[in-house]
Amino acid sequence: MARGQGQKRGTATLNWYNPRVRSIFYQTVVLVSVIGIVWFFAATAQENLERLNISSGFGFLDTTAGFGIIQTLIPYSEQSSYGRAFLVGLLNTLVVAVIGIVLATLLGFFIGVARLSRNWLIAKLAAAYVEIMRNIPLLLHLFFWYFAVLRPLPGPDNSLTPFDGVYLNNRGLILPAPVFDASAAYFFASLALALAGSVFLIRWAKSRQIATGQLFPAWRTATGIVVLLPALVWLIAGRPFELEFAERDAFDYVGGMRLLPEFVALVLGLTLYTAAFIGEIVRAGIQSVSKGQIEAAAALGLKDSTTLRLVVIPQAMRLIIPPLTSQILNLTKNSSLAVAIAYPDLVAVFAGTVLNQTGQAIEVISLTMAVYLTLSLLTSLAMNWYNARIALKER
Amino acid sequence: MAMEDVTGRPPPKSVLPMSPIGWARRNLFSSPGNTILTLASLYILWLTIPPFLDFTIFSAVWTGTTREACLVPDAGACWPFVWANIDQFIYGRYPPSEIWRVNLTFALGAAVIIPMLIPGLPARKLNLVFLLIVYPLVALVLLAGDRPGLPPVPTSEWGGLLVTLVVAITGIVASLPLGVLLALGRRSDMPAIRMLSIIFIEFWRGVPLVTVLFMASVMLPLFLPEGFSPDNLLRCLVGVALFSSAYMAEVVRGGLQSIPAGQYEAARAVGLTYWQAMTQVVLPQALRHVIPGIVNTFIGLFKDTTLVLIVGLFDLLGQVRAQLSDPNWTVPQGALTGYIFAALVFWAFCFGMSQYSNFMERRLDTSRER
Repeated sequence: MARGQGQKRGTATLNWYNPRVRSIFYQTVVLVSVIGIVWFFAATAQENLERLNISSGFGFLDTTAGFGIIQTLIPYSEQSSYGRAFLVGLLNTLVVAVIGIVLATLLGFFIGVARLSRNWLIAKLAAAYVEIMRNIPLLLHLFFWYFAVLRPLPGPDNSLTPFDGVYLNNRGLILPAPVFDASAAYFFASLALALAGSVFLIRWAKSRQIATGQLFPAWRTATGIVVLLPALVWLIAGRPFELEFAERDAFDYVGGMRLLPEFVALVLGLTLYTAAFIGEIVRAGIQSVSKGQIEAAAALGLKDSTTLRLVVIPQAMRLIIPPLTSQILNLTKNSSLAVAIAYPDLVAVFAGTVLNQTGQAIEVISLTMAVYLTLSLLTSLAMNWYNARIALKER
Repeated sequence: MAMEDVTGRPPPKSVLPMSPIGWARRNLFSSPGNTILTLASLYILWLTIPPFLDFTIFSAVWTGTTREACLVPDAGACWPFVWANIDQFIYGRYPPSEIWRVNLTFALGAAVIIPMLIPGLPARKLNLVFLLIVYPLVALVLLAGDRPGLPPVPTSEWGGLLVTLVVAITGIVASLPLGVLLALGRRSDMPAIRMLSIIFIEFWRGVPLVTVLFMASVMLPLFLPEGFSPDNLLRCLVGVALFSSAYMAEVVRGGLQSIPAGQYEAARAVGLTYWQAMTQVVLPQALRHVIPGIVNTFIGLFKDTTLVLIVGLFDLLGQVRAQLSDPNWTVPQGALTGYIFAALVFWAFCFGMSQYSNFMERRLDTSRER
């Protein structure tokens, strides 16, 4: 407001009492000092690099890495480049983050709902879970699972076998692996077709209900389509994939799918820790829906499940989404604690091993930070888009 | 609907105090689904509680001075390991003859912080100044020494709970003023200052603390002039302070947003300058509202201090790990004992703080209703 007046009076009042002049002055001072500080650090860094004979630039990414990585999702060998190692680390981070986010969200919603259960015991159990888990540092969770639980497990000779084909020993968790052959493509095509068809069906049923009021059991039909069609194709195509069970040889299990103990510990720790926070968010979201809404829905004759689906959850989600986003971001960033239990994530591989071998501290750390910043930005954009979609549309 | 005459009938059952069986029937076994949930919960409790109590209490080894005491078949937690190393867990490798300095610092800290936490005590402003300015300097002189009568103790000898508390308290003391400035900057109507604040806050909030600590320990020395190399602890403190100030800024911003614009406008109308209006009208109200948020940030920071062990400092958790590799104490159940002990300590601190935050939240809520 004050600035507007200054503007109207024009540039003639170039004195200290013109708020616009003062504002420009302060901003110039701050900008100049920030640029000065940045310039000082850049110049010092330049000097230090020359003195220490460190070449700068990202050329080192093409150099042969010469070290192995215990978990690689893309082909990688000691002859691969540092750039390839970076990609391997990045993918390992993403895989842990995505699995952790899915599991933590599911468990968190369960905990949040359980805390509000009318069943006294389960509500108290969920509350105890939250209070215990969130008040212990994540790193301690990871150490506990890795050093105190998974490492001391017996060797392959005495593996724990909770189910046939699932083995847990000090070399990891061994699961049956799905094996695909050529005709598996038909199966996935049919699955995609069934999913697309059900989305279309549900939309059609909804618009028809809005237009005519007639109900159509869209969800039940859609579930039927999604289960039956791929199952049928699977049978017709001659069972294009099956589970391959791990076999025992003289030293270890071969075949199947092996999850490293580091991976299991990281996923367990991240999931159990973050779920406690998500549980609290979900509880707060559900509690924020006023009782009158539920009573009104009951008065209209809606079933409990329908009330939950159409009245409670849509309103609760508005409060749940923003803090849930920050928890998802936290989980992604916290996956960098992998370095403490030697899971080869981005930080361990790139900011750890590659940095030690090349000494390119500035490039390596900047690139690592840039990756996390980008991930944060992308996640917030996606969640903001979803949040805008479900936000209250006020007329 | 037909009307019934209910006069003279006993009141409905639920009004009467319930018998335990009635209570259980109502809260635990009201429907088949509920019964299944109750039984499942009981099963989970049965799976977790008895083994935990057995390990930590009933089968645990409580006395002894060497590892042999714990090498009993089927023994539980090896508590002598904790007793024998308790000094390392609290003070790290701080010279035993100088430990009184650490104790004095702890006692002074408690004397400064506890009155701050009790609502309604007088002289809070003086107390805050003491906490933010005087206490850190006194603590620095006491802990680092290099003064007459106080032989120097290099930070490489600090460890255990001492480092945990130093990192956490420095983080919070540095991040409060920085966070307030950043929050004001983010709401400023000067575009350059707003942009710089947003970039700063979003940068630190977008990167993991581990990379910040890596940056502080390997990248920062490259940016400093030759010969000026602060030690590892100080570099990490700078990283932690910058990192937590971004989070603090967002908490304070929430508080600033909760104060109606009329407060600031009225303050300006009676002739206060921007800083007077902020420090005397807006911030006192805004900060009061976000005390729970500040405490929660502090809890997060307290838990995050464990990350300094990744860059080679020994906080409580790092010290527990270090003592675990001591060959005099290698026992099979050592890791579990050490981590349960560390978990109990961290849990007690964090749970206490979160209870305090809840208490303040309730207090602030009632004062807002009035």
